[in-house]
This record gives sequence, C-alpha cells and structure tokens, in this order.
Amino acid sequence: MKKNTVVMDAESVDRSLTRMAHEILERNRGTDNLIIIGIRKGGVPLAERLTEKISAIEGTEIMSGTLDITLYRDDVLTTGIRPPIEKTYIPFPLDKKRVVLVDDVLFTGRTIRAAMDALMDFGRPAIIQLAVLIDRGHRELPIRADFIGETLPSSLWENVRVTVTDDRSADEVVIEEG
Amino acid sequence: MNVVLKGGRIVDPSQGMDAVSDILIEKGKISRIERDITPSKADSKNTLRVIDLQGMIVSPGLVDMHVHLREPGFEYKETIRTGSEAAVAGGFTSIACMANTNPVNDNRSVTEFILKQARLAATANVFPVAALSRGQAGETLTEFGDLKSAGAVAFSDDGNPVTDSGLMRHALEYACSLDMPVLSHCEDRGLSSSGLMHEGFISTELGLPGIPAVAEDIMVLRDIALARFTGTRVHIAHVSTAGAVQAVREAKAAGVHVTAETAPHYFTLTDEALRGFSTNCKMYPPLRGAEDVEAVKEGLSDGTIDAIASDHAPHSSVEKDVEFAYAANGIIGLETSLALSLKLVRDGILTLPQLIEKMSTNPAHILKIPKGSLTPGCDADITLIDIHKAWTVDAGTFRSKGLNCPFDGWNLIGKAIMAIVGGEVRYTDTGAAV
Amino acid sequence: MKLSSKDMLGIRDLPREEIDLILDTAASFKEISERTIKKVPTLRGKTVITLFFEASTRTRTSFEIAAKRLSADTINISASTSSVVKGETLIDTARNLESMNPDIIVIRHSAAGAAQILAGLLKQSIINAGDGAHEHPTQALLDMLTIREKKGRIEGLTVAIVGDIAHSRVARSNIYGLIKMGANVVICGPAMMIPRGIERMGVTVCCSMRDAIRNADVVMMLRMQLERQEKNLFPSLREYAQQFSLNRDNIRLAKDDVIVMHPGPVNRGVEIAPDIADGPSSVILEQVANGVAVRMALLYLLSGGTK
Ligand SMILES: [Zn+2]
Ligand SMILES: [Zn+2]
Repeated sequence: MKKNTVVMDAESVDRSLTRMAHEILERNRGTDNLIIIGIRKGGVPLAERLTEKISAIEGTEIMSGTLDITLYRDDVLTTGIRPPIEKTYIPFPLDKKRVVLVDDVLFTGRTIRAAMDALMDFGRPAIIQLAVLIDRGHRELPIRADFIGETLPSSLWENVRVTVTDDRSADEVVIEEG
Repeated sequence: MNVVLKGGRIVDPSQGMDAVSDILIEKGKISRIERDITPSKADSKNTLRVIDLQGMIVSPGLVDMHVHLREPGFEYKETIRTGSEAAVAGGFTSIACMANTNPVNDNRSVTEFILKQARLAATANVFPVAALSRGQAGETLTEFGDLKSAGAVAFSDDGNPVTDSGLMRHALEYACSLDMPVLSHCEDRGLSSSGLMHEGFISTELGLPGIPAVAEDIMVLRDIALARFTGTRVHIAHVSTAGAVQAVREAKAAGVHVTAETAPHYFTLTDEALRGFSTNCKMYPPLRGAEDVEAVKEGLSDGTIDAIASDHAPHSSVEKDVEFAYAANGIIGLETSLALSLKLVRDGILTLPQLIEKMSTNPAHILKIPKGSLTPGCDADITLIDIHKAWTVDAGTFRSKGLNCPFDGWNLIGKAIMAIVGGEVRYTDTGAAV
Repeated sequence: MKLSSKDMLGIRDLPREEIDLILDTAASFKEISERTIKKVPTLRGKTVITLFFEASTRTRTSFEIAAKRLSADTINISASTSSVVKGETLIDTARNLESMNPDIIVIRHSAAGAAQILAGLLKQSIINAGDGAHEHPTQALLDMLTIREKKGRIEGLTVAIVGDIAHSRVARSNIYGLIKMGANVVICGPAMMIPRGIERMGVTVCCSMRDAIRNADVVMMLRMQLERQEKNLFPSLREYAQQFSLNRDNIRLAKDDVIVMHPGPVNRGVEIAPDIADGPSSVILEQVANGVAVRMALLYLLSGGTK
C-alpha cells in the first residue's frame, strides 16, 4: 500500500513563500528590472504567488511571465508521445533584466537547464536566479537554487507532489511512495 | 495416345448435356460420350490413358474472346507463349488476341506471325483479332478479306474506340458481308479522355477526374443504331455500365443483332477499390459503381450479356509502379477469370451450364470458331474443373508475365485442374489428384 | 496524446481529436514566430526534405521556415533540379531519398495519391503538401486554426467555399475538416466545377453566389486556375468574375463580422475584388502566419521516437 506523508501544509507553504519573497527583494535590492517567470506547469501558480507577495511588500506592480520548456527538453523526442505544448508568455525582451525563474520542485536540474536555454532566446538577462518551493536533491547537472522553500531529502522512488491552487487552504506538499 | 475421361460431370450447353458420363478421345477428337467406356484388352497403358474424374466438371474448352498478348512489340509485358500458358492454366483452351500490338495487327504478315508463334508455343489455340482500321488510327479500313484469309477471326480497334461513325458503319457492313464479327470498344473520348476512373462519389473524394458511365452508354447506343440501320451484327466488348446493359437488352428485344461481353472485374469490384490509388484497379472501362455491378449481374443472368471475357491486359512494373495518373490501363485476368466467374454460380446468378455457355459456347459462336462443344467429331478441347477447390491468388506464381492483378492475395474457390487442347493435356494443376 | 499515423496524408481519415491536438499545438507555436530569436532547438539533428514536383514557392517556404524554426535541417528538391524530369520514377526518387536517411519528407505532386505511394514505401513520416485535386491537409488545418482564432470556435459556423470545387484539393480537405468540426459548409461554383456526388460529403450545394454567402460567418474563395477556360470548363474569366467573384456588393449578404479567406495566390479582380482581398474582413495574411505555426506543430508531432 502506498503511504503518503504530508510534509508541508497550507500554512507552511505560505510562510515559506513569504520568506522567499523577502529574500528575493533583499538579494536584488528592490524591484528594479525584476521579472518573475514561472515554469509550466508547477512553477506558474508559485510565480503568481511570489509576484503578488513582492508587489504587496513593495507596493508596486512587477513584471511576470510563464515559460513552457517542452521544446527545449533533452528528452522531447525520445518517446512516442509528444508532450503537449502550451503557451509561453514573455511579452518583453529580457535584456539586462534580473530574472527569477520559479519552479515547484528542483530534482535532476534538467528542467532548469532547458529553462535557461529558453530564456536566452528572449534576450540577454543581467542575471538569472532560481526559486523553488522544494529541493529534493538527486541533481544530474551542476545546478543549484538561490531561494528554497524547504530542502527535502527524498529517495529516487519517491514522488514529491506540490499542490498550489486558487483555494489556498488546500495547498500542500506530499511525499508519495513510488 | 487416346484418352478416356471417366466419371466426370459433363456440362456441355452446345448439346444440352449435364450428366455424369465418360468421354473417349481418339486422334485429338471427341470420339464417344457414353455412360461407361471400358478400355478393351487391346488397349495398353501406352496407347490409352484413363483419367478418373469423380466429382469433377468436364466442360468444353473455355474460350476467352478478349485478351491482349502484347506480341509483337511488347514482349517484356507478355508473349504469345506466356499468354497461352496463362490461358490454359486458367482453363482456356482458346483465346482471341487483340490487335493493339506494335506493329498493329492490321495486315496479313502480323496475323500470320501471331499464328506462327502460337503454333510454336503449342499451348492454347490462338485466334487473332485484326485491327478494324489501319494502325488503329480510326481513318481507313484494313483489308478485311485478306486478313480473314490469313486467319483473323474478327475486327476490332480495341484499346481505341471507333470515333468516326461513318467508318464504323462501313466496317459493320463489310465485315457482315464476309460473315465476320466486329468487336466494339465503346468509349466517347470527348467525355472520357481526361478521366482516370469512374465518375461518381469516389472520384469526387479522391480528386481524380472522372469517366462518366454515359461515355460508354452513348457509344453502345450508337453501335446499336448502326447495326439496326445496316442490318448487320455488332459485338459490344467489356460492358460495364447499367446504361449499356439496358441498351443491349432493349436492342435484343427489338431484334437487333447485338451481342455483348463483360469481364469478371465488372461484376466483382466497384470503384470503392480505387481508394488507396492502386494502379492495379486502373483499366478501361473503369470499375463502376455498385448499381452498375448489379446491372451487369442482372444482364448476365437474363441473357443480355452473352459472354464473359477477361480483357487480360498485362503490363510491367514500368507502367504500373507509378503515380495513378501516369499508370497504364488494364489488368491481367486469364488465371483468375474462371474462379471469379464461378462465384456467380455459387451466388445463384447463373447455373453452371449457363456459366459454361458464357465462357465457351457463346464466345465460340460469336467468333464463329469451331470450338465450345463436346459433340463427337469436334476437336478434343476440354477443360476439367474442380468447382470446390480453394486457392489463394499469388500473381507472382502466374504463368502470365503481368503482375497487375487486383485480386492478389484473394481466396478463391474453383479452378481448372486440367486443360486438354486437341486431345493433348496442355495443363495439369499441381496437386490435382488426376 | 499522439497522432495515430506516422504520416499526414489527408484530413479525411484524421480523427477530430487529432485535429484539435494539432490546432492546440499550433496555437502554442505561434508565439515562437513573434520572438526576437525565432528558433527552438527541438528538432536539432533532424532532416526535413521538401520534395516539390509542382512549383509552389509559398507552401515550400512555409514548410521550410517551420522546419528551420524548430532547428531541423531542410533540403529542398524541386522537379526542375532533380532527376525526376529525366525519367526517374517517383519510386526511384523515394528510394534515393530514403538512403539519405531523412526524418520527414514533405511532398507536393500534381498526381492524386502521390503522397500515399511514398507513405506506403518509406518508413519516414510523409506530409502531403498537396496531391493533385485530392488533399492539402496543412492548408485545411491552417484555415481551421484561423477560423478558430477569429471566431473562437468552428462548431455551428456557416462556411461558404466558392470556386472551382472539382479541381480543388483545398476545398476537399477543408470540407472534410470543417464538417468534422461541426461547421455547416456551403459550396458554390460554376455547375461544371461542382463534382458529382459531393453532397454525400455533407455539404450544401448552391449555384448562386448570393445564396451561398448569405449569412455566412466565413467565406473561403478558391483560386481560379486561369488555364481551366482552355479546357472548355468555363467560357471566360470575365464571365467567371461576373458570376462568382466576391465584391463589395455581395459581401453585404454575409454576416457583419464575416471573415474572408483565400489560400493564395490571389487573382485580384477574378475571384475576389482587390478592396475585399485587402479590406478589413480579409484574414489572408493571418492564414499565411498560421501556415507556419500549423506546419511547425505537425513537424513536432510527427517527429521523434516511436516507442
Ligand atoms: Zn477495350
Ligand atoms: Zn481490351
């Protein structure tokens, strides 16, 4: 029987995001040229949450976007089924911008590699930083996160599921046994 | 050597016979048909062969009155030898070959050449059909009298229609005076020339230009009108449309001397077979719609259509392994014709004697050749048929050089197991227990 | 979700869900063509051959751009440069191409069924870029994408297709697609250019242009092949234009928000008045842009492993 362990509830997710928002502001010395970009699909609601929090703290609107990295994945053509392609929304050049990439779980690092390649096609950012809610280890590429909600050592056969919905009370992070 | 065919079911419409009996063949002729022919003591194994035919059909040798043998000129597609071998393998002891060779069979020397090659092949009887017009160009009549004396049995520009009605009129009149048939390939080129398949819903879906049924109907009606006007006889080749069947039916009822043939593909396949653009389903006339197929069956059943002929038209891969639009017309048929036609008997459309009439007696009669009968004194041309034998079409194993067979891979029932021409066994099916 | 066939030969046998998949994917691909760097690395190392036996700069270019934006290598072979004209058969050509080991072959040919010959012969994916008067699936897909974009849906719309239906692969592919997607399709053209039995495809046939476009949401004008009149299919271009061109006068009969489409190249003044072709209802240029997106989507969906 599969055992599911809740490792973060709604409250702790929110607390982590608030802390990460402050860290982002601190590291970037405010919101000048700051852009938050969520990676589809898991990173998008988290990016929205962070954008909201940063805007609220600073009292100013900041830019945000979404990125579908499927076309940059290194395994996109290796299976018979083509992953669905969703819209990328980055309606501004990234030249000289301070980009914060947001994803739910940092695992092998391959998604982030693809995301960085994709970002380069939108201009030459001044800096790219990475914010993730969960860092579960098992990197296959030399990649690390700049802002981390929680570091969660996990086994390879486990699955880390992040739920972030409009109904914030249902937010949670669960480790599922594979 | 003399032969006794023992215990087969003899079906010979020419003498109204359908009975189990024995046949004695002596010196290449039918000698006797009797209930029980027992070899006398004087006969030894060297002088008399006894063939036991329990459960088999004994038919007068089948006659295919419409085949293309391609020689001279297109020997890479077929030769008189390979075509004749295909004929006997399909149960046909006599075939009539069309004139669209290169050079065209429009003069005595080509006719004589064909007969010579057939003699050398020594397989089936080959009856040359001479061209109706010089070079089949539709302008000047060929020398009918000379061609007849050279051995031609009919006149036809098959492959091309006779567009000029005046020329057709003269051909009918002159051929009739020589007691020779004219075989007409009915096609109004003004309606058909840009077409690639039957015009209907399928051609609309496939985006292929259509050949309307009326392109055939109009020419059939014209030929009937000419035959009526001149009091001559005309034979309509490869009837494929409901309109043509109806026109022939009405003409016969009105006393016009018209006969007609169809080919197995016109009662077996519809234009649906063109989906997938198979060039082995491309021929003239084209495969028609389901209504036409029904009408052709009805025409066979009520006697409107007198004969079944294969229109055997071998081509090589050069002509067929190309885009549909560029592919040549025609399919092979000699080795599938009998089995496809026997289905008409199983489906109750024809009785077995009626089928044999249409594949032997009638075509012999239309061509006025002394074939299609087992009456004592006739040439011993005999086809032995196992009407229950199940087999699978494999064009690669056919005697014909052509591979252009839309029935490849089909499971068919009924097969010629032996063909006897002039008392000589010219074909025996491998695995047949005779 | 994946396409059920390795090839894209036509719309007739393409299930509705697969049309949706292609259109959704194409909609996402559109954004790539708006970037500064209009290229993604997805098909790096893949080879796309465009094999054109019929001249068509537009379609060939559209496929080429689509392939290049996905980082595929493209090789263009056209009838004039290949050995085709020297009597080499399509099958010879196919075998030669196969030995060069491409991943996708795009073929345009004047003979219906040509793409199917390649598809049956080769293990590579074959995309039919138009075969005779048979099918032109990518054109229908880009047209459907354009309609969906402009109208938000296809289901329930009335689409009038006007012109030489008999000789048009664009009409056939669009009829299959639009009917599948739930549109009402009205076709219209000179009587000799309406092929037999076309009602069985699910369309309404109209002989009068005015009846055909009345209350239409979409009017799709077909290109009149100027050489048709030589074959006695129509008396003159002047007669055709008088009877079947879309102009300021008759377009009023269509819905107010009608969109006007044309597969191009446009014969201005023959099938469509210049002010309509270049006017506010015209979406002809959007069709061209969507052509690239649809072809990118297909190249993407047909590429890759077969596991
Ligand atoms: Zn013929
Ligand atoms: Zn013939």
